[in-house]
Amino acid sequence: MARSTKYLKIFAYTYLIFLYAPALLLPLFSFNASQIIAFPLTGFTTNWFENLLYQETLHEALKNSLIVAVSSSILATTLGVLASRSATRYDFTGKQISLTFILAPLVLPEIIVGVSLLIVLIQLGLPLNLWSVVLGHTLLIMPFSILIMNSAFNNLDISLEEASMDLGENQFGTFYRVILPLVFPGIMASLLIGFTLSLDEFIIAFFLTGTDTTLPVYIWAQFRFPKKLPTTMALGTVLLVVSLILLSLSEYFRRRAANSQNSVL
Amino acid sequence: MILKIKPETKKGWRLLSTPFIFSILLLAAPLTMMFLLSFWTQDYLILDRTFTFNNYIEAFTQPVYQLLFSRSLTISLTVTFFTVLLAYPMAYFISFHGGERKALWLFLITIPFWTSYLLRMFLWKVILGYNGVLNSFLLWLEMITEPLTFILYNANAVVIALTHGWAPFAILPIFVSLEKIDRSLLEASRDLGDGPFHQFFRVVLPLSAPGVVGAALIIFIPTVGDYITPKLVGGTDGLMIANMIQVQFSKANNAPLAAALSVSSLMIVAFISIVFVLVNRKHLRRY
Repeated sequence: MARSTKYLKIFAYTYLIFLYAPALLLPLFSFNASQIIAFPLTGFTTNWFENLLYQETLHEALKNSLIVAVSSSILATTLGVLASRSATRYDFTGKQISLTFILAPLVLPEIIVGVSLLIVLIQLGLPLNLWSVVLGHTLLIMPFSILIMNSAFNNLDISLEEASMDLGENQFGTFYRVILPLVFPGIMASLLIGFTLSLDEFIIAFFLTGTDTTLPVYIWAQFRFPKKLPTTMALGTVLLVVSLILLSLSEYFRRRAANSQNSVL
Repeated sequence: MILKIKPETKKGWRLLSTPFIFSILLLAAPLTMMFLLSFWTQDYLILDRTFTFNNYIEAFTQPVYQLLFSRSLTISLTVTFFTVLLAYPMAYFISFHGGERKALWLFLITIPFWTSYLLRMFLWKVILGYNGVLNSFLLWLEMITEPLTFILYNANAVVIALTHGWAPFAILPIFVSLEKIDRSLLEASRDLGDGPFHQFFRVVLPLSAPGVVGAALIIFIPTVGDYITPKLVGGTDGLMIANMIQVQFSKANNAPLAAALSVSSLMIVAFISIVFVLVNRKHLRRY
C-alpha cells in the first residue's frame, strides 16, 4: 500500500511538470536574448517587452479586444443574472429544457457556433464587425455566467426576501436593495471570468470579425513571422499575468459570494 | 376548460424569456439556418435554393472527407482515452492522498490553463519543432544525436497538444466523483477481504464512473471540432474536419458543403456520445 502511494505521488508530480511545461516557457523565452526559441538560453533581455510598446497594430487590437470583452461580459452577466434568478427561485414548466438549451454552447464545438453565426450574418447581409463578435462572445460566456450566478443565488436565504417584503419593500426594491447586494460578489466573479474568456477567445472572433482584429486574431497573424516570435512570447507573458490577476480576483469574489450568507446571519 | 398558467410559471418565464430569446436568435436560428443551407447549393456567389442531398452525398463519399472524418474521430478518441487515463491517477491522488492540500492541488492544476488556448497550442509547436525546445534540450544534454522528427506536423503532435490542453477538464469531474464516494464502503470492502487491487476495480472505479463518463464527453465533443491545434501543429497529415469546414467557407466559397460537413460532424459526435452513455448506463444509474 505504502509503495503504491509513493508511485502515485511520483506520477502526480511528473504529471504536474507536464502540465506546467508550456506555460513556463512563456516567461523563460520572453526574457531570453536569442531570437530563436531553443536551448541553451543565451542571456537576459527586456527588449521583447519594449518592442510591444511600438506595435501600432497591437494597440489597435488591444483596444478592440477591450471593447469586445467589456461589452460581452456585461451583456452575458446581465442575461446570466436573469436566467439564474429564474432558475434558482422558481419552479416551472419548460425550465429544465430551456436552461439546457441556453447552456449548450458549453459543450458545442466552437467551430459549429462560429460557422452557423457567420451563415446567418451573411444571409441577412449584416456587416461583420466588433459587434458581431460581441454577440458571439455573449452567447459563449452566458453559460459560465449562469453557473456562477446559480451558486450565488443558491446561497440566498428566501426569508431575507420575505422579511424585506413584510417591511414594505416592493419586488423591485427587494431585488435592488436586498438581493443584488447579496449576490454582488457573484456578479463581479461573472464579469471577470467573462472578460477573461472573451479576451482569450479566438475561433468566434476569427470567423466574425471583419477587418477589426482582436488580440487573439492579431497573435494568430504574428505566428507566421518567426522573427517576431520572442515579441509574441513577451505578449503571451503579459496576457498570462493579466489572466492570473483577473482570475484570482474572480476566485476571491466567488468565495465571498459563497460566504456572503454566513456573514449576514 | 380554461388553461391556467400558474403564477410561478409566469414569474419564472418573465425572467428567463430574455436570455432564452437571445439563445433562440443566436443559437437555434443559426443552427437551423446552417441545417437548411446544407441542402442547398452554391455556384461561386449565387445560391441555389433547390432542395438536394448532394452535399451530404459528397461529404460521405468523397475520400478526402471520409479521411478527415475518420482522422478527426481517431485523434479525438485517442486524446479522450489518454487524457482520462492520465487524469484518473492524478484525481485519485488528490482525492485520497491530498489530505489538507486538496484545494491547493486543484489550484495548482488549473493555473497553467489560464494562458490562452491559442498560445498554449502554439507553445507545443515551439516545443516539438525540429529546432524546437525539446529537440534542442535533448541535443544539449546529448541524449539524442539528431533532432526527432516524428513529433511535429502530424497526428501525434495534435494528440500530445490536445492531451495537455484538456487535462483539467478530465481531472476536475473525476475528482468530484471520487470525492463523493462514501469512504466507509472502502473499509467494508477491506473488512470483507478485498486487497487494494480488488478494492479499486470492484468499488472505487465503478463508483467513479459518472465522473469518467462526464470527463470523456467533455473532452470528446469539443476536440472533434478543434481548429487551432491541427492547424498549428498538425502539418498536412494532421489536419482535421474543422480545418476543411473553414476552407470550404472561405477559399473554396462553398458554404453549403461547409454546412453539410458541420451538420454531419455534429450528428456523428452526438451518435457516438449517446452510444457511449448507453453502454455505460449500468454505472450511471446509481446516481
